[in-house]
Parts: sequence; structure tokens; C-alpha cells
Amino acid sequence: MNEVFKLLAEGERLNESQMAEILGMSVEEVEAQLEALKKEELLLGWIPVLNPEKDDSLAVRAAIEVKITPERDGGFNRLAQRISRFDEVESCYLMSGGYDLHVVVKGSSLHKVASFVSERLSTIEGVLSTATHFMLRAYKEQGYLIEQPAEDKARLDVTP
Amino acid sequence: MSEDQNRFVADHVIGLPRSGIRDFFELVAAMKDVISLGIGEPDFTTPWHIREAAIYALEKGRTHYTSNLGLIELRREISAYVGRNFGLEYNPNNEVLVTVGVSEAMDIALRAVLNPGDKVLYQDPCFVSYHPTVLLAHGVGVPIKTDAESAFTLKAEEVKKSWEPGCKVLMINLPCNPTGGVAERAELEEIAKFAVEKDMLVISDEIYAEMTYEGEHVSIGTFPGMRERTIFLHGFSKGWAMTGWRLGYACAPADLTEAMMKVHQYSMMCASIVAQDAGVEALRNGDDAVKKMKQAYQRRRDLVVRRFNEIGITCHKPNATFYAFPNITSTGLDSKTFAKRLLEEERVAMVPGTAFGQYGEGFVRCSFATSYDQLVEACNRIERFVNNCK
Repeated sequence: MNEVFKLLAEGERLNESQMAEILGMSVEEVEAQLEALKKEELLLGWIPVLNPEKDDSLAVRAAIEVKITPERDGGFNRLAQRISRFDEVESCYLMSGGYDLHVVVKGSSLHKVASFVSERLSTIEGVLSTATHFMLRAYKEQGYLIEQPAEDKARLDVTP
Repeated sequence: MSEDQNRFVADHVIGLPRSGIRDFFELVAAMKDVISLGIGEPDFTTPWHIREAAIYALEKGRTHYTSNLGLIELRREISAYVGRNFGLEYNPNNEVLVTVGVSEAMDIALRAVLNPGDKVLYQDPCFVSYHPTVLLAHGVGVPIKTDAESAFTLKAEEVKKSWEPGCKVLMINLPCNPTGGVAERAELEEIAKFAVEKDMLVISDEIYAEMTYEGEHVSIGTFPGMRERTIFLHGFSKGWAMTGWRLGYACAPADLTEAMMKVHQYSMMCASIVAQDAGVEALRNGDDAVKKMKQAYQRRRDLVVRRFNEIGITCHKPNATFYAFPNITSTGLDSKTFAKRLLEEERVAMVPGTAFGQYGEGFVRCSFATSYDQLVEACNRIERFVNNCK
């Protein structure tokens, strides 16, 4: 098993030299393992997790329920892949239940998101319906808690 | 005013030594910008799902006494957990007693079994309260030496060497605070045989078992002839990061549990019901959180042990716990002077080994239950200090 992967999966924020130190490897070896992970497409890439409450470029986000017509060859894949390619689409999942695709769309204004949905998304052939839910406030983003009172972690200086 | 200010204080309490940790704490508390490697508790806060269970308990109005033995739901969970992870079978109805931390469990175990003057073998260095708890129960402590040459593992030969007539109890803490020492299976088996031969009761404090990084944790109670003479002590403080909840337990054959229960019911009544409800949640759903914390400790251990050896304060790699116990004699300083000067000159706090017993001289205890970044910085400061000593 890739050691670097194990370390990443534990979820601590570490740079390459810290990982090298922890794993007792050279930085080059860590880089090689990271490269291997990317090659296997296990690690897709790195993005900063931004606070949606503060980041203006994420002023508006919406979760869109999309119903589409499955096709004889490939089922939902072709349409889902096509929708995923738009830059406005942050994530796209095939769902069980009442609708088919769960699409998260981001934009700088309500208007931009709305027009993306009405003009681009819903007009694609095979898209039967959309239901747009605008996100009002973020409480947790990618595992990070947002604007919650800090935990009082006061420990005594020395304890047995 | 009487000339004797202690005239109301019992003789055996007057004779009790002041904890070396307390002296050191006062020194540290008066300083700023200290990186403390002197904290004997996890830096993690109790996992949220456990805290949430306690909040729910309060919302439901769970604010009353519980049975003296503890909530039956918790005792059932404990019985199952101990069976699953330690290979020990205890009946939740009459062989499990929930206590206010392992400290209380230790106290009531000793008070339940010792007659005045009975001797208690205990490993040294050891947790600060071991010897005082024996003294408070009117027993006599007999230390067993563990040393750096054998990575502070408990050796059967040393147990036999220390034994003397009148030793009724063998009290062990494996894995051990402050040394991180454990005992190999073969040694432990030999110690168990010796306990049977000398008809000793064994009080086994296994509070750090979840933090075993290499090898298997072995309970002395699993060896032939041991169940009837073992009191197994464990709790939630370390593995589940629940120090402030004060929740532990003792498992032992029914007659011993009944004896401990008598002491417990007249002194403590029961452990906090909210803590007990949280304990149920911890045992039902806490395994992942425990594992995650252990992984973090292991990484930090690897860092500090490697750095200490580079710096020239030789340090065995502890197989368990979140303590490293480096030998500081290369600096030419004794434990207390080293700890005091390191604190004053570099603002790093480590507890002198002598706070944990006579065989702790020449060592300091480093708790690595602190963030990785802080440990890196602390090691750099220690390096500067050690170089200045040369």
C-alpha cells in the first residue's frame, strides 16, 4: 500500500517535507508516491477549501435536482458527463431516489446561476426537469466547521 | 496558636510525599510561552458523538444516582468490550464496577484488600499516585526496578528479586506511564506463574492498552490460574480522550468486586450518570475515533524518539502510550536540574523522572500528546539546550 496515501487518508494537513519526515522517506520518494497516486487517479488533485461565507467568488451556490432520460447504451453516463464538463458545475452525482443527478452549481450571482440552469442545463436534450435549491448558509464545508465557537481546549500545564 | 500546625492531620498523611508534579506545575504556571510536554492527557477533545450523547442524557433529565455498580447498560458494554479486546470474561451483573476514573478504582481495590502492613509490589518508575495510594491504604510499597536497558519492560526476574515475605499484591501498569514500558508475553506468563506460586493478588492497570503501536497487548489475567487473583482496571480517559469525565472501571471475580463495591458505595456512591451515558456511546461507537487518535500519537512518537536520539539524549522507542522517557545523563545534569533549566532557558516543560519513583533519576518524561508543529519546535529548543550543556 502506498504509504503517502495512508497518511493523506488520515486527513492531517502536511506538506511533502513533513510527510517525508514522518514516513522516514526522502522528499523525492514522497513526490514519486504522490505522482503514482495521481496516475492511478486515486488522488484527483488539490484544491483549497474556502469558506463559502467569506469567499465572494462563491457568492451563490445551488443544488440542482435533475431528471434525465437514460439511454440504451451507457444509461445516464453520457448526459451526466456532458453536464459535468461545465465550469459552473462543482460536483455532479448520480443519485438513487426521486431524481437522477445531484448537480452543485456555483456562480457569482443569483442571476448567473439561474440563467445557467435555465439556458444551459435544462435545454440539453434528454434533461426532463430541474429543481433548483439555493444554498443559504454553510455550517460545514468539506469537513471544516464554519463560524462555530472555538472549543475551549484549556489543559493544565503539567498533569500526571 | 499551637506550635504544632499539623496536630489535626493524620500521621500517615503528614508522612506522604508531595507530588513532584505539583511542584513542577507551579513553576510552569508562572511562565509564559511554554511548550509543555508535561501533560499526561490527550490533546484531543472527546469525540463529538460521545459529547453529544452526554448532552442528550442531560436533555432527557438523566441527573440521578445510578446503581452503585454503575448503569447496567454500561456494565454490559464494558463486559463485551473487555471480552472482545482483552480476552477476559466478566459477568456484567456482579463482576464489573464502574468507578470515578482508574484512580478511584486503584484506591478502592487497595483499600478492599490490604490489611495494615501488607506489602504491595509495584513497578518503578510508575504513575505518581501508586505508592501514595498504597500508603493511604496502610500498606507498604515494595518497588520493582525497570530500566532503560530493557526498554522499561517488566521483567519476571526483577519481580522475583523484589519479592519479599508479606507481599500480598502485585500492582502493575502495562503499558506504563511514564516510561511507555510493556511486558513481553513470555515475561508476563512467567510473572503470572510467580504470582500463582506466591499466592499474590494482581492489580493490573491497563489504561493505555488502546495506544499499543507495535506488538499485541497481553493481559496478565488471561494466563492460567490468574482470573481468580486479578483485578483488571481500565477506563475512558486516555483511549477515548475523556480525562475530565472521570470514568473508569474495575473487573474482578464476584467476591472481589463485592468487596470493592462496599468501599465504593460508602465513599463515592456512584460515578456521574452523564459520564456513564457518554461511556456507553464511547464503547458502542468509538472504535474509529480511538484508532485515529492512536495513529496521530504514533507519528508524533516516531518524531520525538528520532529527534531525541539525534540530539544525544538516548531514548528507547516506547511500544505504547504517549510518553517518551529519554535518558538525560549525557548532559551531566540530574533530572530535576535538567527539567528546571530547560524550562527556564528554553521554555519547554518536561517532568523530571524522579517524580515517578527512585528509578526515574537520569530521565525525564516527555508527553507527546501535543501537536506535531509544537513537537518540532520543542525538539529544536531541546537541541539548543543540550548543546549548551556540553
